[in-house]
Amino acid sequence: MTENGFKAGSNLEKVLAAGKFAVTGECGPPKSADVGVIEEKAKILKGYVDAVNITDNQTAVVRVCSMASGVTAQQNGVEAILQMTCRDRNRLAMQADILGAYTLGIKNVLCLTGDHMSFGNHPEAKGVHDLDSLNLIRMYKDMRDDKKFQCGEEMPVAPELYIGCAENPFADPFEFRALRLKKKVEAGADFVQTQCIFNVPKFKKWMEEVRALGLHKEIKILAGITPLKGVGGARYMQKFVPGIDVPQAIVDRMAGVEKGPASQAEGKKIAVEMIKEFTEIEGVAGVHIMAIEWEPAVPEIVEAAGLMPRPAVA
Amino acid sequence: MITAERKPFDEILDLVSGKKKILVAGCDTCVAICMTGGEKEAEILATELRMKAQADGREVEVEHTAAIRQCEWEYLDMIAEKVEAADVVLSMACGIGIQSMAEKFAPKLVMPAVNTNMLGMPQEHAVWLERCAACGDCRIGLTGGICPVVRCSKSLMNGPCGGSHDGLCEVTTPEKEEIECAWHLIWERLKAQGREELMLELRPPKDWSKSSSGGPRKMVREEAKPV
Repeated sequence: MTENGFKAGSNLEKVLAAGKFAVTGECGPPKSADVGVIEEKAKILKGYVDAVNITDNQTAVVRVCSMASGVTAQQNGVEAILQMTCRDRNRLAMQADILGAYTLGIKNVLCLTGDHMSFGNHPEAKGVHDLDSLNLIRMYKDMRDDKKFQCGEEMPVAPELYIGCAENPFADPFEFRALRLKKKVEAGADFVQTQCIFNVPKFKKWMEEVRALGLHKEIKILAGITPLKGVGGARYMQKFVPGIDVPQAIVDRMAGVEKGPASQAEGKKIAVEMIKEFTEIEGVAGVHIMAIEWEPAVPEIVEAAGLMPRPAVA
Repeated sequence: MITAERKPFDEILDLVSGKKKILVAGCDTCVAICMTGGEKEAEILATELRMKAQADGREVEVEHTAAIRQCEWEYLDMIAEKVEAADVVLSMACGIGIQSMAEKFAPKLVMPAVNTNMLGMPQEHAVWLERCAACGDCRIGLTGGICPVVRCSKSLMNGPCGGSHDGLCEVTTPEKEEIECAWHLIWERLKAQGREELMLELRPPKDWSKSSSGGPRKMVREEAKPV
């Protein structure tokens, strides 16, 4: 606990604690040593998001590490949410890395299992999976609140972290999905970002279950949004990405406009409509916009959704 | 049981390249049941090697034999004579049997003719599925008799990840075969048992020191030792 009562005192935590509708973005580091990519993405998002997720070898493809990229993002004016997957590190590395990240100024962390190696560019790699994401959440909570390593040894200075997790309301078994979030709350998660939502009725049903469990009062829920660029992407996600539920009506809507500026405008319009709908759902504390390799879309969407200016919190 | 698959023929040829007297040694226990390395399969491999040598115009003597179990010293005594007479032994046993042979008859050259792949069971005729990781700390009493260590692609301890869909795992195998989501199965099994609350409890990190992460394992049963 920080002196002013925050767990970490990050901008994201303060925005959410103040009851403001939060906006987070996402930034994928490059597949090379090109620091300019992160700088560029950070400059686009600066001022339009409260914090930005820095992905950790997303889809099991090697990229600049999330810690270094997170530091670069923060140097360029955007607060980082460090993604940490259980796929690539054991408990020693995950504790060492979070201590290191914290000493470099990172205060938000997102605890993930990670996409399986078979999706990525090193399918022959050995997956670590020493801990699962729930144990990772608990480990970081114990480090923060009890100043204890996973083994039980004590540390003199704890990393003050705002601990996040992910949840996919569209994965199976559906009836376990809200309960899984409950487990994550009990493990110690402070905020959750959902998988990108296209099936709004199903998300609302999940939120009903979440509210019935009282979880919306215990964890800050950020609804995931991925703006579509065209019908191709919509169809691809509908058919090939496990755990993403794209209703036919969305595909048809994207198919009804010409590919290019028109379809991009339609994709952004859908995103804005969804954000407006999410602001009306009890228990939704913000949105997480994952504009995959399309960061310039984010400022327009945030602006059009009426979420500017972003709150300044002390 | 322990299952294994025969190595590609060219790889086997490389392992015995230049040798004049080859003994193909089967094992009549696990690998015989999965139809990979029993006496019959040893005979087939020996025949293939002889035919190949003949076709290439090489003079090679190929014999075959089988031990009841290659992983126990006393059964190896029974095939010792044939092993001693060979330049190289191609063992068709699992990795345990191959190493037992290599140790028993050291420095005799013993080569693996199979890849040992899992502790599994035949789900249907000629189809085997992995069922145990021999992790040294069995918790399937809490998971409806379904092992998440080996049947969940990420060895999760606290329920399915976000990639579980329609009862299937997100992982795509090189063979593009569907994998059942272990945690979906566990959820359904526990529900059928009226014990689904077991999945709501936070399970602590697994103690991997009891698995191979703790170094090669050794089991001693003092009470079973000869007096």
